[in-house]
Formats: sequence, structure tokens, C-alpha cells
Amino acid sequence: MDFLSYLINGLGLGSVYAIIALGYTMVYGIAKMLNFAHGDVIMIGAYVAFFAISDMGLPLLPAILLSVAVCTVLGVLIERLAYKPLRSASALSVLITAIGVSYFLQNAAQLLWSSSTKVFPSVIANGGISSGGLTVSWLTLITIGVCILVMICLSLFINRTKTGRAMRACSEDKGASTLMGINVNRMISITFAIGSGLAAIASVLLCAAYPSVYPTLGAMPGIKAFTAAVFGGIGSIPGAFLGGLLLGVIEIFAKAYISTQLSDAIVFAVLILVLLIKPTGLLGKRIREKV
Amino acid sequence: MDESRRPVLEVRELGIDFGGLTAVNDLNMEVYRGEIVGLIGPNGAGKTTVFNMLTRVYQPTRGSIIFDGKDTTGCSVVDMNRAGVARTFQNIRLFSGLSVADNVRTGFHGRIVYSPFEAIFRLPSYRTKERLITGQMKELLEIFGLSEERDNLASNLPYGAQRRLEIARALATQPKLLLLDEPAAGMNPQETQELMAMIRKVRDHFNTSILLIEHDMKLVMGICERITVLNYGMMLAQGTPEEIRSNPEVIKAYLGD
Repeated sequence: MDFLSYLINGLGLGSVYAIIALGYTMVYGIAKMLNFAHGDVIMIGAYVAFFAISDMGLPLLPAILLSVAVCTVLGVLIERLAYKPLRSASALSVLITAIGVSYFLQNAAQLLWSSSTKVFPSVIANGGISSGGLTVSWLTLITIGVCILVMICLSLFINRTKTGRAMRACSEDKGASTLMGINVNRMISITFAIGSGLAAIASVLLCAAYPSVYPTLGAMPGIKAFTAAVFGGIGSIPGAFLGGLLLGVIEIFAKAYISTQLSDAIVFAVLILVLLIKPTGLLGKRIREKV
Repeated sequence: MDESRRPVLEVRELGIDFGGLTAVNDLNMEVYRGEIVGLIGPNGAGKTTVFNMLTRVYQPTRGSIIFDGKDTTGCSVVDMNRAGVARTFQNIRLFSGLSVADNVRTGFHGRIVYSPFEAIFRLPSYRTKERLITGQMKELLEIFGLSEERDNLASNLPYGAQRRLEIARALATQPKLLLLDEPAAGMNPQETQELMAMIRKVRDHFNTSILLIEHDMKLVMGICERITVLNYGMMLAQGTPEEIRSNPEVIKAYLGD
């Protein structure tokens, strides 16, 4: 029974990682860059949701919508101002810029809202469903539900709409896509918009579970979700889901059965092991180098 | 003026330099509506560079490209595609991770347009337009004998089929001018024969003009109505296949002194 309960909690945590990992993996897939500022978009999303609920007195759903809207605009702005001018620069320059944006956001948050921790109001009722000694909290259920919903919507979008198809085409071959009349810059903007909007949703789920909001809030979930994306095979959307869920489950199991202190170390050790055996991640595509 | 004698493409004194190197210089040519024109020349003559200028992948250093009566100076690659220029590639560049059907569907991107709003709420207009895309996609696959392969990944197709799929994808953008970069490369004589018939069919069925680069002289002489010969980035000769075949300059460029 304990095992089942750990598993479900792991899936709950993993769902949050998965939603964040999507942002990394989609941006990597299309822009071939690691957006290390993604975690800090989560932080901004958390602050927006916090102020919307605590200061403006908004109910949960409008607060989430506001947070999604702000993060979407923020994501597109970051891309326009920081990454787009570097489109033809080396990958290293873009990576360093991403780290710069990350520090910028963290310090801006510190200036605007101070470094003291704010307590996120409890937004989801305590309790949950219990049967036969197994209790699953509402929050876990909702988190898993949101993750499934996001997965369904996103795969419909990617596979069934022309924008989704154009995005896949861009991630395969940008030059050929432009020659087919696809505006690559717009596709990149849309990708950042979707990834950042999802980050906002993840931020609320995260703060509902760990109710403190502070400027470096996004760093750890960000790096974990990045790990999840690499674990699943960066660039692959199903890979991000699988990687996120597995990472959550491994983390909770490690905490429960091995050691709470070592859980992060174990998570990263598993990542290293997977990459040693399958360097492209679980669902990553192997690109054969032409000689 | 007679409709068919109006050029869809006019190139005037076109030239491009890369650094200090002049890759193409003083090129004049035109393609009329419904015409199949060949662009030939020895390796390194600048043929693909011309294609890259016509699609605005490269911005020419000199001269002008008038497409469909309009000067295209300042147009982007996407603008050129929307205006009606589509191309295939010398080394096939399909979206290899997408299905055959989706490869063709991407071609309709700029032609059949709906907003994300329509897609999110699955409005009837979204369904109608997606159905339209699917319908036209099926038609194209049928013409190119790819219907059976619809759901396969593009990368799993045999070589000849990949070449056909590239043409189908380019046609999905509904071009007025189709640029084919060595469509017969790597094909055996039998396949080349079929390709020639297909190029003619494309011209008649889609009402498009075709400009093609090719090394296979049987194909070029067999289907092109006019031919432009490039050598060292300069136009060497222009004329009907018969004229080109008997032109001493061309023979010299191809065979050496």
C-alpha cells in the first residue's frame, strides 16, 4: 500500500516536471537552444498568481489565467529581445545569454518583491480520496489530471493543426520550411508562448504543493525538468512526458526507500546512467552523422 | 499581349558576389507561362546560386528579378513563396521525421489559412479547411503515385519516391513557377523516362511554368522548350534544344578544347 501511495505521489510530482520539461524540449526542438531562463519564467508565474490571489483577491482560475497570460507575453518578449538577435550566433553565445536572462529575472524579482519568502495561499482543498488505507490528495489528482489534459491538447495541436505541422517542419529543416512559405520566426515565437504558458500552469501546481514564493524558486524545478527533458530525449514531446513522470517517481521512491538527503543525487545519477547507455535519452532520435 | 507570351519570370542583369568572388554575373533570362526551361552548365557554373537568388535565399548584388510583373527587390524567402515560387533541392530536403501526408500538408501552410482560435475551438471553418488540405493532399499523392505511402515516414521512402514527394510538396504551395534542382539525379534511365512524363503532366495539370537544372542531357533536350547555358557564372548561350546542341561555344564548354 505504501508502494502505491509513493507511486501516485511520484506521478504527481512528475506531472509538474513533465509540464515544465515541455517548455525546454519544444524550444530545443525548434530553436535548437537550451532556454535556461525557463525556470525563472515559472518563478514569475508564481509571483503573478500569488499577487492575483492574495492582493487582488482573484479566485484561483482567473489567477491562473492571468499568470498564463503574463508568462506567455514574457516568454515571447524574452525570445524577441534576447534570443532573436542571436539567431545566427553560435550556440554558446545563446546559452550564455539564456543564463544571463535567468539572472536578470531572478534579480528583477528580488528588486521588485524583495528576497523574503511569501507564503502562497492554500488554493486547493485539503483531503482527498481514500480507499482501503490509500489516500490520494486532491492536489495530486488535479496535478496528474492537468498533466494528462496538457498532453492531449498538445498532441492534438502538434499533429492536427497546420501550425503544429509547421512547427514540426521547422524543427526538421528551417531552410526548407521557409521555402515552403512557413514563417520560421513566428513558429519560434509560438513555441516560446506555449512553453511559457505551460510554465505558468506548472508554477501554480508547484506552489500549491510547496507554498512558498521566492526569487530563486524556479531554479531547482527548472533544472530537474531540464533533466527530465534530457532523460526522455530532448526535442521529443512524448519524451518530456515520460522523462518528467519517471523523474518524479524515482525522486519520491529515492526519498521513501533510500534517503531524503540523497534523493537529488540519486535522480541525477539515474540520468547519468541513462545517458551512458542511451546518449539520446529514452525517446530521443539518433542522428547519424554523415561523414 | 497574348497571355502565354507574358513572362512569369524576368531576370535582368542579375549578379551576385561572395566576398571578392563573382559567382553569377550579368544574367538575363525569362520564363514564359506554361513553359519548361532548362538551366544547364558545367559543375560550379552557378546554377544552384541562380535558384537561391530566385527564391531570395541569397540577395543578389546586382540586377533585378521581376516575378509575375512585379519587381521582387526586398522580398523575403517567404514572400517569394507566397508570390508563387517553389523549389526542390539537389540533395533531397524532405521533413524526414514527418509522414508523407504531413510533408505535403506543410506545403499548404501559406495557402489555406485559419487562426489558432478556429483550431482551439474546433470551429466548422477549421474542419472545412483541414478537410480541404487533406483532400488536396490526397489528390497530389495520387498524381505522384504515393497514395500507398501516405502514413509512412518520408525518410523510409525509396529514393525515387522521395524525389517525387519533394515535387508534390512544392506543388502544394501552388506555385506559378516551379524550380527543380536536378530532379533526375541518381535515377536510372527508366525512372528518368517516367520523370519526364511527370514533369510534363505537372506543367499541364497545375498550369505552372518550370525552370529546371539538370545534367541528364536526354531529359533536358527531351522536355525543355528553351535552354539557358551558364559557364563560370556567365550566360554562355540561350535557345531551343536544337540551337544549344549545335552551338560551338556550348560544346567547347562541355568537352573542353
